Amino acid sequence: MSPHTTFHPKWYRPRVSVWWWLEKRPYRLFVLREISSVFVALVAFVTLLQVRAVKQGPDAYARFLEWLGTPAVLAVNALAFAFVLLHAVTWFNLAPKAMSLRLRGKKVPDAVVAASNYAGWIVASAIVAYFLLRD
Amino acid sequence: MPEAVTLVVTRYRPEQEHEPTTQRFEVPFRKEWVVLDALNYVKDQLDGSLSFRWSCRMGVCGSCGMMVNGEPKLTCGAFLGDFLPGPIRVEPLRFFPVIRDLIVDIGDFLRKLKRVKPWLVRSQEKPLAEGEYRQTPDQLDAYKPFSMCINCLLCYSACPIYGLEPSFVGPAAIALAQRYNLDNRDQGSRDRHEILSGKGGIWECTFVGQCSEVCPKHVDPARAIQQYKLTAAMHWLMPWAGGSR
Amino acid sequence: MELASCDVLVVGGGGAGLRAAIAVAEADPSLRVAVVSKVYPMRSHTVSAEGGAAAVVKPGDSLDAHAYDTISGGDWLPDQDAVEAFVREAPREMLNLEHWGCPWSRDPDGSVAVRAFGGMKVERTWFAADKTGFHMLHTLFQTSLRYEGIRRFDECFATRLLVDDGRCQGLVAIELCTGRVLGITARAVILCTGGCGKVFAFTTNAAIKNGDGMALAYRAGAPLKDMEFVQYHPTGLPFTGILITEAARSEGGYLLNKDGYRYLQDYDLGKPQPKPVLRSMELGPRDRLSQAFVKEQEKGRTLKGPYGDYVHLDVRHLGEQLIDRKLPFVRELCLKYENVDPVKELIAVRPVAHYMMGGVSTDSNGATPLPGLYAAGECACVSINGANRLGSNSLPELLVFGARAGRSAAEFAARQRTPGSAVSSQAVDEEHRLQDLLGKRGGKERIATLRTEMQQAMEKSAGIYRTQASLEQGAAVLGRLSERYPDLALDDRSQTFNTELTSALELGYMLELARAIVASALWRKESRGSHQRTDFPKRDDQGYLSHSLTYRAEDAAPRVEALPVSITRWPPGERVYGR
Repeated sequence: MSPHTTFHPKWYRPRVSVWWWLEKRPYRLFVLREISSVFVALVAFVTLLQVRAVKQGPDAYARFLEWLGTPAVLAVNALAFAFVLLHAVTWFNLAPKAMSLRLRGKKVPDAVVAASNYAGWIVASAIVAYFLLRD
Repeated sequence: MPEAVTLVVTRYRPEQEHEPTTQRFEVPFRKEWVVLDALNYVKDQLDGSLSFRWSCRMGVCGSCGMMVNGEPKLTCGAFLGDFLPGPIRVEPLRFFPVIRDLIVDIGDFLRKLKRVKPWLVRSQEKPLAEGEYRQTPDQLDAYKPFSMCINCLLCYSACPIYGLEPSFVGPAAIALAQRYNLDNRDQGSRDRHEILSGKGGIWECTFVGQCSEVCPKHVDPARAIQQYKLTAAMHWLMPWAGGSR
Repeated sequence: MELASCDVLVVGGGGAGLRAAIAVAEADPSLRVAVVSKVYPMRSHTVSAEGGAAAVVKPGDSLDAHAYDTISGGDWLPDQDAVEAFVREAPREMLNLEHWGCPWSRDPDGSVAVRAFGGMKVERTWFAADKTGFHMLHTLFQTSLRYEGIRRFDECFATRLLVDDGRCQGLVAIELCTGRVLGITARAVILCTGGCGKVFAFTTNAAIKNGDGMALAYRAGAPLKDMEFVQYHPTGLPFTGILITEAARSEGGYLLNKDGYRYLQDYDLGKPQPKPVLRSMELGPRDRLSQAFVKEQEKGRTLKGPYGDYVHLDVRHLGEQLIDRKLPFVRELCLKYENVDPVKELIAVRPVAHYMMGGVSTDSNGATPLPGLYAAGECACVSINGANRLGSNSLPELLVFGARAGRSAAEFAARQRTPGSAVSSQAVDEEHRLQDLLGKRGGKERIATLRTEMQQAMEKSAGIYRTQASLEQGAAVLGRLSERYPDLALDDRSQTFNTELTSALELGYMLELARAIVASALWRKESRGSHQRTDFPKRDDQGYLSHSLTYRAEDAAPRVEALPVSITRWPPGERVYGR
């Protein structure tokens, strides 16, 4: 095409608003999903604090547990838990898109890949729960 | 069933105005009519100056993509009945420069399509006398969905990254690159690697996933992009592995 | 006026056009090739072809068998030397396309699969699910991107061929997005603009099939060949006219009248069997099937619907698995546009205008009688399809004759002088004419009104069955419409992407072509293939074993002459199906 037409000045080019993500439900859900990674990092950080508290001895650990029980921290952790759940669920549901597994020439259906992720999650949680709750 | 339905259509006449405006048209309602039929009624009977693209009216040429009530759709497959009671908003495809009324410029896509080398690359051609390259039905299935792209560009209009980042190659172009990468007859993965994993390539994509949602041919470009992210990451970790594929 | 130049100019970016452009680029990389298309190439109507493309490739098949099927399918009107070249080159071209990446459906061992198709004695139709044309076009388009020597003028609407010194030297086109008029000179021009199905009311054809190239050649003095032969595809959806591929029948579908009876058995097409039998019943040729529908309609055995009469296509017995594997697009179209699931329900279908056997007269190298002007694809008539085209012959035709026209145009162009200044002044004249059209005030006719009247007149007077009276009436109506045409009123005065102006120009092309169709139908006083005259119901090899050549006459009815058919090895015989 000739240069005259490629970047024709009279073509209307609308600007995209910085609030584009508020327009549609799928976009809003997408942004929440992305934000959830912050909360995943937060949970990891709190776990590190917990490990440090254990290292510092039983008094420090007791103070740490008390701190965890305060309403503000509880609220933040509850929110973090919700976001981590969102993160895990969206991750498991979307993971099959990246993995094109073929078994004996036929494609493994997405649902099977996702289901195996969930199954692994349940098994891992069961094991952890067993060790935490036996006493 | 109503007798008529209102369309609110974007108009843009660059010789007369700086910005698009809208115009309301009342069209008859028929249950077999799609939005395209309504637009043609407007053009034939009410206002011959309304300009839009269309051709096959069966969802295979990709000409008639427009925003209907804010969602990118092929107007030849969008039944008026699904949008009752109306009014129905018809706007040009989002994130593309508007030339006139409902017609946008798709030159950016065509330039980017060419850069991903969407053709069969062979290091050595097989002579025709030796017959076809063998490809089993399973090997065909490996890339088949990505070959169904009609270049309608609805996915570009659904992709916020394409709207925000001008260098992004975009869902359809990447899907077509993958269509060839996964074709067992192709030997050109290396040739496509740079544009796919460089600036404007797959790493611009944050997997919003709307491209696959709006695709009328179930091409699933989001899958193509995420798949290639895995391929590119493996290639970066282990550049020696993988050969030409 | 913007002037551009090239060596070979291809008009139309569909299957034939892209194949021709690539052929020129490969034959002579020093030549500059330009492709001018009024739509982006991937929107060309090739994209909607569904069923398949025939080429001899399996053992047990032979070139002679394909040739015989084509010649008898065309009711002995095809030029046999051209058919022999066609069947010989089709397998090569199809393999070539496979090497370019076309995703042909495969047999389990990885070789290309073939299926049965109407009128063919042996299974030889290659297919890519039921979107063969789509895959072929996209393969050609994407492959064409590889050639730096091919320059595209996308969305440029051709309005006139430039002819000087007895040869075609370019054309004038409107660059739609700016409204600028371009003059493009060339040393050879290849028309690949497709057919003109939109002259009819019910058609499978897209909006863009207005016969642009045919009309441009016609106006430039080149004759049109066999325009009276219009193919009605037996299975189109009512209202939209959307094509339901012949493959639905070749996989085993039945055509049923209102009593659930496979009515084709009453029309010398064989006896009904549970499985499809080649060259029999539902796998008979398209003209005979469409004619059977009209006869059933006369007997009152078709169903009545809001958009006309119809019959049923039954594929339920094929099973969901086969339908999803071999006919997925058919299922999609029926569900979407008719709210019918072919797996469980009957599909309403009727014959709709589909393909023009006729077109710009060419020889088997794509050359028209006007030096420098070539044509290929549906817009050309070589003729290999004769009086009726067999399904799955037109896609290989695009490749074979697109390539042949490309090569011969390249060779011609290399021997020519560059176009002179006389051609540029013609281009300027055309620019003024277009500016006048755009600026014209007054006028009281609406484009849609004239177009609808033309389409209805054609449907009534030049449909599946014609008579002297119906054709004469059609000619009269078209004559009056042509008189009203200059009085068109335009709402759109803009230069930017003025689709009303292009619709007006397209209507002009279609009116000329409609008159040519009627004139040649009046001339042919016999029935052959898809041209059926109830007043001359028999085939008349004595008087009419020739093509019709229609020449444009200014201010008079078109002049029709005869051109004998080239017979090599197959003397005219009886056209037999089902026996």
